[in-house]
Amino acid sequence: MLVGQFPSDLEIEGRQTVLILLAQIKNISNGIVVGQPDIWILESAEKLTSWQGISNVIISSLAAAISFLGGLYGVSLIKPEFRARNSVEVLLLAGLAVCSVIAIITTIGIVFSVIFESIRFFKLIPPLEFLSGTVWNPEFEGAARAGSGQEGRAAYGSIPLFAGTFLISIIALSVSVPVGLLAAIYLSEYATRRVRGTVKPLLEILAGVPTVVYGFFAALTIAPFFRETGVLLGLDVASESALAAGFVMGIMIIPFVSSLSDDVINSVPQSLRDAALGLGSTKSETIKKVVLPAALPGIVASIILAVSRAVGETMIVVMAAGLAANLTANPLDAVTTVTAQIVTILVGDQEFESAKTLSAFALALTLIVITLVLNFFALQIVKKYREQYE
Amino acid sequence: MPSTKTEQMVMASLKARHRKEQSFKLLGIAAIIMALFFLVTLMTSILSKGLPGFFQYYVTLEVELERERLDPAGDLSDQSLFDGQAKKIIQEAVLAKTGAKKRNEKKAARKLVSNGSDLRLISFVQANPELLNSRQSVKFALDDDADSYFRGFVKKQTPEKQRRLSDLQIAYLDQMQADGLVSYEISDYLFFGSASRNAEMAGIKGAAIGSLLTLVVCFVIAFPIGVATAVYLEEFAPKNKITELIEININNLAAVPSVVFGILGLAIFINIFGMPRSIPLVGGMVLALMTLPTIIISSRAAIKAVPPSIRDGALGVGASKVQATMHHVVPLAIPGMLTGTIIGMAQALGETAPLLMIGMVAFIVDIPGGVTDPGTVLPVQIFMWADFAERMFIQKTSSAIIILLLFLIVMNGGAIWLRKKLERRW
Repeated sequence: MLVGQFPSDLEIEGRQTVLILLAQIKNISNGIVVGQPDIWILESAEKLTSWQGISNVIISSLAAAISFLGGLYGVSLIKPEFRARNSVEVLLLAGLAVCSVIAIITTIGIVFSVIFESIRFFKLIPPLEFLSGTVWNPEFEGAARAGSGQEGRAAYGSIPLFAGTFLISIIALSVSVPVGLLAAIYLSEYATRRVRGTVKPLLEILAGVPTVVYGFFAALTIAPFFRETGVLLGLDVASESALAAGFVMGIMIIPFVSSLSDDVINSVPQSLRDAALGLGSTKSETIKKVVLPAALPGIVASIILAVSRAVGETMIVVMAAGLAANLTANPLDAVTTVTAQIVTILVGDQEFESAKTLSAFALALTLIVITLVLNFFALQIVKKYREQYE
Repeated sequence: MPSTKTEQMVMASLKARHRKEQSFKLLGIAAIIMALFFLVTLMTSILSKGLPGFFQYYVTLEVELERERLDPAGDLSDQSLFDGQAKKIIQEAVLAKTGAKKRNEKKAARKLVSNGSDLRLISFVQANPELLNSRQSVKFALDDDADSYFRGFVKKQTPEKQRRLSDLQIAYLDQMQADGLVSYEISDYLFFGSASRNAEMAGIKGAAIGSLLTLVVCFVIAFPIGVATAVYLEEFAPKNKITELIEININNLAAVPSVVFGILGLAIFINIFGMPRSIPLVGGMVLALMTLPTIIISSRAAIKAVPPSIRDGALGVGASKVQATMHHVVPLAIPGMLTGTIIGMAQALGETAPLLMIGMVAFIVDIPGGVTDPGTVLPVQIFMWADFAERMFIQKTSSAIIILLLFLIVMNGGAIWLRKKLERRW
C-alpha cells in the first residue's frame, strides 16, 4: 500500500530500492531516524504509524470478539447431558498422537533437507564423479576464481573420504572387537559376581566420556606417543595419523561391543553349557565350541552396530585424523573421513549455492544411507536367529 | 591306571587342554586389564594436565588508586572507568617493581602482566570505591608465558631466541619471586572468565551458562514430547501400520550419527526458518531432536514396567482409560522416565558435532543472558581451546574437561541414585 503513495517523480530502480525505502520508512516509524530523510519519507512513515495503530485496534477488537464468542459457546455447552470428560480425553489423545508424530517429522526433515540439497549438488557435479572420483579437493573453487588455483577446478571424488573412513573404522574395530569380546566372555563366563559388578560399570564409563574428550586425548596424548614410537622404530608417522584416531575410537567403542556381546552371551541357555560340560569338555571348549557359535548372530550384530558408530563418529577424527584427503592404506598417514569433511565444510559462514557447501549434504546423505543399512542388517541378523535357542 | 584306550587318549590330551583353558582365561583377564588400562590412561592424562589448570600464578602489585586518573568523570560508571588510565597505572606499578628504565626494558616488563589486568583493577575499584586515592596491594594474573616459566615449561637453559621470554623478562620474574610477590592460587579466571584469546584470562563461565541454557531448552522440548510419545505408543496407539512406522522410525533416529542432526538444524532451523546462528535456542532444539529417541525408549520401558494390575484396578473402579493412565500409570512410571531423561541430557551435554554446524563455535566473549543470545557450550569451548597452541590452553582445556566430566558424573550418578531410591519391586 505504501509503495502506491510514493511520489510519482521518484525513479524506482527495481525491487531492491523499494525494499530499502520500505525498511527506511519502517525504521523511522519505529523511532530510528538516521540523517535527514526526505519530507515524503517522513510523511509515509507517519502514515505507516497511523496504519499500524489502526491495525492494532482491529486486531485487539477481533481478539476480544473471538474470545467473547468462544466464551458464549463454552457456556452454551454446559448442560447436564454434555459429557465433558469424553471431549477432554479425545483432545488429550489427539495431543499425544501429535507428539508421537514429531519423531516422524524429524526423520522426514532430515531426509528432505539432505535430499534436496544433494539433488542440487548432483546437478552441479555428476553422481558418477562424486562416487568414483579419487580426488577430493573442494577448496580449490575459491582459489581458481582468484586465479591462483593450480588444478583450475575443484574435485569432488568421494573415494578418498570413504577409504579414510574405512581405514579408521578397521583400526578402531581391530582394537575394540578383540578387547571388547574377550572382556565380555570373561565377565559373563568366568568372573565372580563381585568382579563383574565392579568391572562392568567401569567399562561403561568409557562410553559416557564425551567424544570431544577422546579427540583431545587422541590429539595430545596418543598421537605424539605414536609418533615418538615411530621415530624410535625408524618409521615416519604423520602428526595426525589414522592410527591415533582409529586407536582412540577403538577405545571408545570397547563398551559397545562388550556390553552388547555380554547380553547376547548371557542369553544363551544354561542347558547348552551344562550339556557340553557334562560331556567332559573344559570350560573354554564349551565357550569356543558351544556358547560362541550360539551367540554368533548377536555378536555379529553388535559388531555391525560398532561399525556404524565408528562411521558416524565425528569429533575424534576432526581433532586427530586431519583433513588431508589422501587415498592411502597406510595407517601412519593422515587421512580424512566423511564426517570430518562435513564438519569442516559446514562450520562457519557459507554460501548455500556453492558446490562446496552442497557437497556436505551429499556426504551426509551417503552417511545416513550407510548407517541405516548397517543398522538394518544388524536388526535382521538378530531377528532371524533369535528364536533358534529358545 | 587308565584301563581303556579312550581313557588313555583323554589322559594324554588332558594336560594340553587344561593349558589351553588357562591361556583362554588369561586372555580374558588381559582384555579386561587392557580396557581398564585405557580408562586409567585417559583419566590420568586429563587429570595430570588439568589439575594444574585450576591454579595460576598471580603477582601482587602496589598500585596508586588516584581518583582523577582512574575515574575521570567521577561517577564510578563503567564508561568513566574504561576511559580512565587503569592500564597505565598497572604498567607504572610493574615498572616501579622491576626498576625498568630503558625503552626495551619497559617493553619487556609490561608484557609480564596479563593483558586484562585493567579490567581486574576496574572491578576492584568498583567493589571498593572507598579505597580510592590510596595505595593498595592488588593481585593481578601473570601473562601466560610468565606463568609457563614458573611452571617450568619455559627453561632458562633454552637459548634466548627459542623461548617466548627474554633473559631480561626472566630476570624480572625471578626478582618478583624473590620479593615474595608471586603466588600460585586457584584460578578465578577459569571459573568466572569468559572466552578469551589470552590463555591466562580464558574461563568457562560463558560456555557453562550456554550449556545450561541449551540444556534447559532441550529438556523443555524433549521431555514433554518424549513422555507423550511414549505414553501414546505404549497405552493408546492402535496396532497398525502407522504405529509400526513410528516405532521403526524412532529406532532409526537413535542410530543416526549426531552430526546429521546438526545438518538438519542448519538446513531447516537456520536456512529455512531463518533463525540466527550460534544461539542456545537452536542448539537446544537440535539436541532435543537428538535425545528424543533415548527419552522415548526409556520412558516406554518405564511404562511397561508398571504391572497391569494397577491399570485393571483403576479401570475396575470405573476410571476411563485416560484416567487410569494419567492418574495411575504415568505417576508410577515417572521415576523411570526421569532416569532416562537425565541420561539423555547427559548425552546432550557432552555433544559437540551438531553444535559446530549451527555456528556455536563462534568466538563469543559476552556471557549469554538468554536463549536467543549468541553463546557457546562447554564441549565446543573445549574443542576451540584444544586448537590453540599456547601451553596454558592445554591446561585450561584439560581443566574444562574435568569440569565437564564432573557435571556428567553428577548427572549420571543422580540418575542411578534416583533409580535406586525410587525403584519399586512389584
